[in-house]
Amino acid sequence: MLAIEASGVTKVYRRFSNRRQFATLKSALLKGTLLRDLHPNETFAAVRNVSFAVPQGSTYGIIGRNGSGKSTMLKLVAGITKPTEGSVRVEGRISALIELGAGFHPEISGRENVFINGIMLGLSKREITKRFDEIVEFAEVKDFIDAPVKTYSSGMYMRLGFAVAINVDPDVLLIDEVLAVGDEAFTHKCLDKFAEFRRRGKTILLVTHSLNLVEKFCDDVLWLDSGRIRGEGDPRRVVSAYITDVAKTEEKNLAALDARTRERVDHAAPTSAGAAIEAAGDAIEPPANMFMASEGRWGSREVEIVDVRILGEDGAAKQVCQSGEAASIQMTVRAHMKVEDVVFGVGVFNADGVCCYGTNTDIEELEIAEFSGEQTVTFRIKSLDLVEGTYKIDVAAHRVDGYPYDYHRLLYSFRVKSHTKDVGIYRPPHTWEFTAGISVKDIRERK
Amino acid sequence: MFHNLAQLIRYRGLIESLVARELKARYRGSVLGFFWSFINPLLLLLVYSFVFEFVLPNRSPEKPYALFLFCGLLPWTWFSSSVLEASGVLISSGNLIKKVLFPAEVLPIVTVLSNMVHFLFGLPILVGFLIYYRRPLELPEILWFPVVLLTQLILTTGMALIVSALTVHFRDLKDILGNLMTFWFFATPIIYPMTGVEKGSLQHTLLNLNPFTHLAISYQELLFYPGNPPGPFGHWRGLVILLFASIGLFLVGYFLFDRLRDSFAEEV
Repeated sequence: MLAIEASGVTKVYRRFSNRRQFATLKSALLKGTLLRDLHPNETFAAVRNVSFAVPQGSTYGIIGRNGSGKSTMLKLVAGITKPTEGSVRVEGRISALIELGAGFHPEISGRENVFINGIMLGLSKREITKRFDEIVEFAEVKDFIDAPVKTYSSGMYMRLGFAVAINVDPDVLLIDEVLAVGDEAFTHKCLDKFAEFRRRGKTILLVTHSLNLVEKFCDDVLWLDSGRIRGEGDPRRVVSAYITDVAKTEEKNLAALDARTRERVDHAAPTSAGAAIEAAGDAIEPPANMFMASEGRWGSREVEIVDVRILGEDGAAKQVCQSGEAASIQMTVRAHMKVEDVVFGVGVFNADGVCCYGTNTDIEELEIAEFSGEQTVTFRIKSLDLVEGTYKIDVAAHRVDGYPYDYHRLLYSFRVKSHTKDVGIYRPPHTWEFTAGISVKDIRERK
Repeated sequence: MFHNLAQLIRYRGLIESLVARELKARYRGSVLGFFWSFINPLLLLLVYSFVFEFVLPNRSPEKPYALFLFCGLLPWTWFSSSVLEASGVLISSGNLIKKVLFPAEVLPIVTVLSNMVHFLFGLPILVGFLIYYRRPLELPEILWFPVVLLTQLILTTGMALIVSALTVHFRDLKDILGNLMTFWFFATPIIYPMTGVEKGSLQHTLLNLNPFTHLAISYQELLFYPGNPPGPFGHWRGLVILLFASIGLFLVGYFLFDRLRDSFAEEV
């Protein structure tokens, strides 16, 4: 039996142009445009032709980026807004955890608010009296229950709202990203409560950004993207498709960010470089403290770094890498004249600006005897053993004595992803070993 | 529409507790608390008495003038505060409409009812002064009082529904309304007696078209001039017509509210 059935649901929000925003009843009446102004001149479909069915007793997740229509979908299921097209059918009593404590009145006590909120959510006074102690205990506000709600901390407020909503004893529970309200212990309590709901055969619709939660809890997942269905079904499959898609977007964003930084630097560079060359026939000086310097580019350009790419294992250019994969930093370099004294260097920095690794051909005792024309230099990393995060790269070509030909400071970035949430900078390839007295279970496989 | 209207009965528990909350919240934190509901009209009456006895001795034949004024002013306050508060109630409770599955019409209704409770608290003060000035209420006549009350309740609720629904789309209504209500106040025989207006004149006709005129006259006749003219309640025809007109207005208001209901969650 289906608990929730949405068929061909489209929700169009109306957007009014600025003209409408400043129009008033008076002007509408004067100009006779009252009826016309009530019609939107721009529309925006938050959800487009979405159909899904949730069988009774199952837990169904909705994931998607910000603005993908998840919350709108939840509101449609809750009946707070009506679909423009299509229909939503829900069996049984709904409780929506969309905004906790939405109906609380700040001036009156927690006790009175629990009653009124409960009545709003469809409980009778008697039912609330019966569950009152349970609600208060769950919310952990026993000592403050007779104080006005305005004196509550935001955490207490949310917890009380959550406790009331969850005690409505709904057949269908709608949850919109509300687990972030409490501390670790409270979150666990909420999760236990959800588990209890599942055991009792209730239906849960969960909108969240926590993919872990989706993989752990949901029987099925719906992935929305700009209001349309991008994927549906087995959580692990859908979540991994979603992660891949997010990585792609991130890559695009990183590339765009890098392009902007480079553009800024390139715009600034010609004038200062020209001036420096005019003055002394020399390169621009590198900043006094190199490690403090922000993005930039300097050097005499006798050797120019024309292009820098980050390559993945397969040799394709990418900006999001998996920790532990092989990767390369490849630069295309051009010598405008024959040079004999050249060193190529690479540095990797994390978001805090900490140098994770830096080296150059001179340090590694590679002497470049001669170099002319356009060539490629590749810095190959066998295993990218960095923890998750965004990293930036320095690349440079300079003389052995440090005189810079072309120094690119923090102009390229890449992102390292990891399944393990370890901390620090560097992840040495490692394993754990235990003697027989310690029994160990690898719970990664459980998911 | 009628289905939704029938649902309203199911929400009476909610309405009840929201009215109670409104009243509690209003005086929460003040020393005298609930007594303000009595003290406010008392002080108002004292101020009017002082002004019209000593500062601006009134030449009007209604004596004591302050008491006459109060008979119309007390119900007017119920009416105008309800309508003014209703104009903002959907917007200020936007959270409820957007985040909780909540019957929106409950909000203007709660506004009207909580203002009615204030009105009812003011009545004993009025009656006390009537007794002090030896103007006892006439028994058969006073039986009309609940009808007057009911008529005003339906009229006010109808207005509140219309105003609250329209203000969501036209925010300016809230500001226009303040001035409109002031104008309406002076266009109602509250500070002057209807008997002072020449019968058959244009003003008289216009005043007769104002629904609140009939309520004000009814209150004055029942409370201020009991037994004058002698015999039964003289204005009953006007009142009954108004009652039916009010029911009509309420239905129109509810229809409008129901039609605009789906837009509330998006517009507030």
